[in-house]
Amino acid sequence: MRKFILYCTLGCLLMFGCSNDEDLIDEEANVSVSLKMQHSWDGETIAMTDLNTIKYENANGEKMSIERLRYLISDVTLEKQDGTIVELKDYYLVDITKEETLVIEISDSIPPDTYNNISFTFGFDNEDNLSGIYPDLNTALWNVPEMLGGGYHFMQLEGKFINESQVETGYQYHAIKAVDNSGDEPVFQDTFFTVNLGPVTIRGQEELKLSMDVSEWFKNPVQWNLNELHSMMMPNFDAQVMMFHNGQNVFSLVED
Amino acid sequence: MKRIICYIGVLAALACSKDQVEPEEEYVVYEPTPVSLDIPEFFSNAILDPVIPPNNPLTKEGIALGKKLFFDPLLSVDQSISCADCHMPINAFTDKETFSEGVAGAKGTRNSMPLFNLAWNYDERFFWDGSAFGLERQVFHPVTDIKEMGNTWERVVNDLAASKEYPVLFQKAFGEEGIDSIKVSRAIAQFERTLISSNSKFDQSLRGEIELTQEEENGLAVFLDETRGDCFHCHGNPNNPLWTDNIFHNNGLDSAFVDVGLGKVSGDPADNGKFKTPSLRNLAFTAPYMHDGRFETLKEVIDFYSEGLQPSETIDPLMKKVAQGGVQLTENDKQDLIAFLLTLSDQQFIANPDFTP
Repeated sequence: MRKFILYCTLGCLLMFGCSNDEDLIDEEANVSVSLKMQHSWDGETIAMTDLNTIKYENANGEKMSIERLRYLISDVTLEKQDGTIVELKDYYLVDITKEETLVIEISDSIPPDTYNNISFTFGFDNEDNLSGIYPDLNTALWNVPEMLGGGYHFMQLEGKFINESQVETGYQYHAIKAVDNSGDEPVFQDTFFTVNLGPVTIRGQEELKLSMDVSEWFKNPVQWNLNELHSMMMPNFDAQVMMFHNGQNVFSLVED
Repeated sequence: MKRIICYIGVLAALACSKDQVEPEEEYVVYEPTPVSLDIPEFFSNAILDPVIPPNNPLTKEGIALGKKLFFDPLLSVDQSISCADCHMPINAFTDKETFSEGVAGAKGTRNSMPLFNLAWNYDERFFWDGSAFGLERQVFHPVTDIKEMGNTWERVVNDLAASKEYPVLFQKAFGEEGIDSIKVSRAIAQFERTLISSNSKFDQSLRGEIELTQEEENGLAVFLDETRGDCFHCHGNPNNPLWTDNIFHNNGLDSAFVDVGLGKVSGDPADNGKFKTPSLRNLAFTAPYMHDGRFETLKEVIDFYSEGLQPSETIDPLMKKVAQGGVQLTENDKQDLIAFLLTLSDQQFIANPDFTP
């Protein structure tokens, strides 16, 4: 009996020892993956030098500029071929004027493989969208006032457009969780959304290029009329819901 | 302060015969005492850590030296004014002038900026136009500006070296002999980083110690309401104790610019008319307002944002209803907004004995 127990123990040790080694080998093969954020207008790259100039025309025919563009993405995930999800749970504030925010390391250790899907949340889901809990976002004044439900902005897109009186006018296309404060009790509607970018093969160290087509925010399915909707859109429930719909097709992976 | 005394002379004496005893020489090696910035709990919980450059850590002796230099007129060419003449503690480290008076009555063209919570200026761009990168570099400008202290660094260093007190104070602060402009700037920057304002009425209300009045509460609502004041996109919200975004905006003061501000520094015409967003803390002590001190009262400031905006190519998109002159606040909302803004003033800060000579 004693010999049996001894052999079992040795067997177990050998077995676990081998599996640990395999894990180590697996981990050594893992690679880092980052997202490089790119921005375009109808397919044309938006460079830093393109900001502050009225050079774009939206689907409604309004000439406009981009001065600021900041947005939040969170919960980046990879779906393996067996359907399991690799959660790279984090959040990132992208600022088109800050080069250092345009490359996001989503993980420093991912097994090379072909994945069914890479996805992220535009903005914060309700679990994460809690007032004041992220010091870096508080520092960036990314908060939404409590009277509008608190939490954080999802996007701040700002610039100027030529209005119907031919006057340069500022616009503030700010996306948050939709709230209707017109009744006795506020009514909320979720406006975060999941962006599914499709399959991706990770071979070695990868830099995936992710593009936002800014023109899409003004195009599809709602042809945005800046003359009617250019300002004070945070408390505008309907405007927030329209931004939600128009945001569905703004992101795509860029093929090398 | 650790004081390590090496009695070289004694050792020499022991090694020599009685006839050859040399006089004792005392070499004193000072080691500055590291100190941590006394960060208010709300600051450390709510926002990112302050910026302390690795090459200028805070020390007890460095801060003390910086404070002494800050209040010492020796830095000016005729020894008539100190930093504190334009940055008075009682005025939250600014003064009451539209443009401060330098040596020989010279006047600048920008309003003296108040000094507090400077360690949380993450981009480290100082002055109204962001022309100084880093608090240490900021110190260099006023000493040699002919409209401020009008001095030369050579003269400053010579005067400090010739004084009875400073050589040993510098040695204690930096652990080595010698005085130079870099050490002066580092010491003053250390002192300035300790100027923390965190005990206004509003801070106390956040801690649950007192309650705001109904007018002050409504003023906060105006401040945070995008359809009324919409002040929060640039000046922050109760989740951030700084009350500034510390970046640069054209807030619609002028259609044509006498002073282009950031545009002159960056060389980019898109930056013309942009100036740094000042903190709203301590407004009770910091009038007049704006980069050129054009507004004497908070009422004038609020009237400007309500009805006085001027269009220009670089006006910030966040400035709303420019064609109507501004956000068109009611008189009641204006009064309440001012009442709220005044809750951000910190009496304890301006009376703090650590910050006065």
